[in-house]
Amino acid sequence: MADLTSDFLGISSPNPFWLASAPPTDKEYNVRRAFEAGWGGVVWKTLGSEGPPVVNVNGPRYGAIYGADRRLLGLNNIELITDRPLETNLEEIARVKADYPDRAIIVSLMVPCEEQAWKDILPRVSETGADGIELNFGCPHGMSERGMGAAVGQVPEYIEMVTRWCKQYYDKPVIVKLTPNITDVRKPAQAAKNGGADAVSLINTINSITSVNLDLMCPEPTIDGKGSHGGYCGPAVKPIAMNMVAEIARDPETDDLPISGIGGITNWRDAAEFMSLGCGNVQVCTAAMTYGFKIVEEMCSGLSQWMDEKGYDNVSDFVGRAVPNVTDWKYLNLNYIAKAKIDQDECIKCGRCYAVCEDTSHQAISMGEGRVFEVIDEECVACNLCVDVCPVENCISMVEMAAGSIDPRTGKVVQDDYANWTTHPNNPGAVAAE
Amino acid sequence: MAHGQTASGIVAGRLTADEIATNFSDLHPAHAPHEASVAADRCYFCYDAPCVTACPTEIDIPLFLRQIQSGQPESAARTIFDQNILGGMCARVCPTETLCQEACVRETAEGKPVEIGRLQRYATDALMATGQHPYVRAAPTGKTVVVVGAGPAGLACAHRLAVLGHEVVVHEAKSKSGGLNEFGIAAYKATNDFARLEVEWLLEIGGITIQNNSAFGSDIGLSDLQNQYDAVFFSIGLGGVNSLHAEGVDLNGVHHAVDFIEGVRQSDDLNELPIGRDVVVIGGGMTAVDAAVKAKLLGAQNVTIAYRRGQDAMGASRFEQDLATSRGVRIMSLVQPISVLGEGASDEIELGYTRSENGKLVATGETVRVSADQVFMAIGQTLDGAPPELTIEAGKIAVTGAGRTSMSGIWAGGDCASGGDDLTVTAVAEGRDAAMDIHEILIG
Ligand SMILES: Cc1cc2nc3c(=O)[nH]c(=O)nc-3n(C[C@H](O)[C@H](O)[C@H](O)COP(=O)(O)OP(=O)(O)OC[C@H]3O[C@@H](n4cnc5c(N)ncnc54)[C@H](O)[C@@H]3O)c2cc1C
Ligand SMILES: Cc1cc2nc3c(=O)[nH]c(=O)nc-3n(C[C@H](O)[C@H](O)[C@H](O)COP(=O)(O)O)c2cc1C
Ligand code: SF4
Repeated sequence: MADLTSDFLGISSPNPFWLASAPPTDKEYNVRRAFEAGWGGVVWKTLGSEGPPVVNVNGPRYGAIYGADRRLLGLNNIELITDRPLETNLEEIARVKADYPDRAIIVSLMVPCEEQAWKDILPRVSETGADGIELNFGCPHGMSERGMGAAVGQVPEYIEMVTRWCKQYYDKPVIVKLTPNITDVRKPAQAAKNGGADAVSLINTINSITSVNLDLMCPEPTIDGKGSHGGYCGPAVKPIAMNMVAEIARDPETDDLPISGIGGITNWRDAAEFMSLGCGNVQVCTAAMTYGFKIVEEMCSGLSQWMDEKGYDNVSDFVGRAVPNVTDWKYLNLNYIAKAKIDQDECIKCGRCYAVCEDTSHQAISMGEGRVFEVIDEECVACNLCVDVCPVENCISMVEMAAGSIDPRTGKVVQDDYANWTTHPNNPGAVAAE
Repeated sequence: MAHGQTASGIVAGRLTADEIATNFSDLHPAHAPHEASVAADRCYFCYDAPCVTACPTEIDIPLFLRQIQSGQPESAARTIFDQNILGGMCARVCPTETLCQEACVRETAEGKPVEIGRLQRYATDALMATGQHPYVRAAPTGKTVVVVGAGPAGLACAHRLAVLGHEVVVHEAKSKSGGLNEFGIAAYKATNDFARLEVEWLLEIGGITIQNNSAFGSDIGLSDLQNQYDAVFFSIGLGGVNSLHAEGVDLNGVHHAVDFIEGVRQSDDLNELPIGRDVVVIGGGMTAVDAAVKAKLLGAQNVTIAYRRGQDAMGASRFEQDLATSRGVRIMSLVQPISVLGEGASDEIELGYTRSENGKLVATGETVRVSADQVFMAIGQTLDGAPPELTIEAGKIAVTGAGRTSMSGIWAGGDCASGGDDLTVTAVAEGRDAAMDIHEILIG
């Protein structure tokens, strides 16, 4: 049986599934129940400085995007950091950690961008016995208007500076949580590394307006007739998060920087995908907020079964395995030629492939007598659109053409060697192939 | 309860009022809004969708499903009514399992078609509930068309003509309009007086005058119509019934199924309706199934459909057959009636076994007797009262194209006209198409 034990920055947890800093980790009651349910660790809901805590709105703070049957695909929130006193949180953290020594507890922090503020809070966090800290440089709403959260995360110099202070005044692992609301995520990651961060975690939520109430002419969630942008998360953000993770994992400047993956992770497969792209562990928020803590059981059993099937003994065995295969477009093999193939036995004759290829692609599907849909190899560029819109799994597949055969579209012989854009004759900047 | 289920003879009150109410409640209740959007979302929005081709009125089904899914059942309803003004009734009575839903690719894929019929009901109910009629009439054309028979074909024709700006006069023999929607269709398919309400809603277009209790033939003749009006459309349905040629059919307790069904549809109090303990229905079509199911729902203990061919040859769809058997009706196939037996009133029926030899039905010589204090004959309706001047073909008014009869200026459609499937929806399609053709001839 696969061993799910995770060691992230020397912090061990019985599995790689942590709850991200958010309402599920807001207080002792929740975190104890999360641990009882089986979560490997938590990143405690972000703490602010000593003094009167922040206040949240008293109206709706979430908005949602749904798929079929109200399946929640995306969640948007305008919640701030913890609105409970610092002291209360610290006491609770200490108590829970003492009772669950085998679970990871990371304390998320967001205090003003001044050295003294960090110098004040870090020793107190240290006293709780928590395993590390995560710097919340990501919150995109509310806190950023006060010069914290994403306002810091969008300026690499600030990230580096604050991270350095934290490494100076705190002796356990420091994780820097990145905001996706930035053009090139590699820059803040490099800054975190330069500041001495032990790891980065990403993504925090994405600036968003989920919907507009067309009667009120106001964004939702609506507070007394007004709405404000919020942070988007949940299954819809997973592709964006994974790309950012991969960018950092394959950047030579940060390829040795551990990553905690966050963003839309909903089941074991999502987690395995993030980990294959270089994440040492993963964090989950929306899935727990949608289905409750119990989902971790499926995540553990799923990951374990998959690892057994693949022959991975430890989670570290597959972390980063997909990274070498993430490349730039210009290195993709232009000699690889495929054609769509429709399995007539599987086909239910809906004609979606025909509609999309005819209207929006390459007019490479014919519609014959009796609604028989067939690919016209002379036209097919193997774009995959038909595969993507076909409602029947495995009905249309992409079949690679054997080297030596002739591509009926171009009339050229399919080559078995590798050739990419960098050497292509149409590329004005092509370098001569060796 | 006056009588139990076991009391012999034809008596009322076999079931409690509650049981009767439950039995005659809606067969396919409407979707709730969330249910509807989930069900509509299952549509794949097929290219040149096969369901549209399978619908005799060619409703743009993928479009109306998408309109439901995106939260506007009212625009979905307009899409439906554009093609089929009786889309509300069709949603309730169409054998969708042999029409649109049979063609649905999700039927092919997983045996679970999109619930087109129920969703059509959801949309049409939503628009009709607004109390508004969605069409306005074109400028008056000065032409007047007469329609004979206010069933689905006649109503669809009249509505389309009215929309196009013509005046329409409808002669209807009965005191109520709607044709078999009102008198024939199973009660549990069109609950809450839907047939009447739908006619009222349809007439809101204006320009249609229905003269009830006005029968062609006895009250008016063909030349009257030709002289008075610019065009004539016959939609008189099949008013006659076939009778059984067997001994004892004149005994008490032997009825035409359509009369029984009409009695049920028009009854003010189903608890007062008498029904036999042992009921035998002769026939294999929709009428046979409806009569059998209704007998069962009224409390008959044993109901048997006796059909002379194999079950797969039955006119009633598989779904309808299953509906009957699920209500406890027994279907006997390959039996034909020999004689009804009893002293003054039917007591039992003797059936002879048949088999098919080279496509021909032959008696095997074996017989069986089934208790029958009531026998319903459902062996087909026939054309009755068509003007003799028109050419008749295989028992129906011969038509070509969009309902043109052998005489110019006279059209026919629905059950009384040749071709078509004797369904509500085909009657609507034929009425609509004839209206378009009449319009072209009158204006074009
Ligand atoms: C018991 C039964 C159940 C059925 N169930 C279904 C079902 O579930 N689904 C389905 O799709 N179809 C069903 N059908 C078939 C469907 O009802 C018919 O196909 C449809 O009603 C035909 O419409 P129509 O307008 O041609 O004729 P009809 O509905 O028969 O209307 C004809 C009208 O003309 C009137 N009329 C007749 N003669 C004259 C005259 N001389 N002068 C003036 N008016 C006259 C009649 O009174 C009647 O109102 C059923 C039929 C029966 C009998
Ligand atoms: C209601 C809510 C509150 C959140 N609060 C915090 C927070 O205080 N600190 C933080 O670092 N991230 C916060 N997040 C972001 C999550 O930790 C996480 O990064 C993000 O939701 C993406 O993961 P997911 O797709 O699994 O939800 C919050 C998210 C939600 C939905
Ligand atoms: S792969 Fe693209 S081009 Fe080829 S048939 Fe499919 S949709 Fe058309």
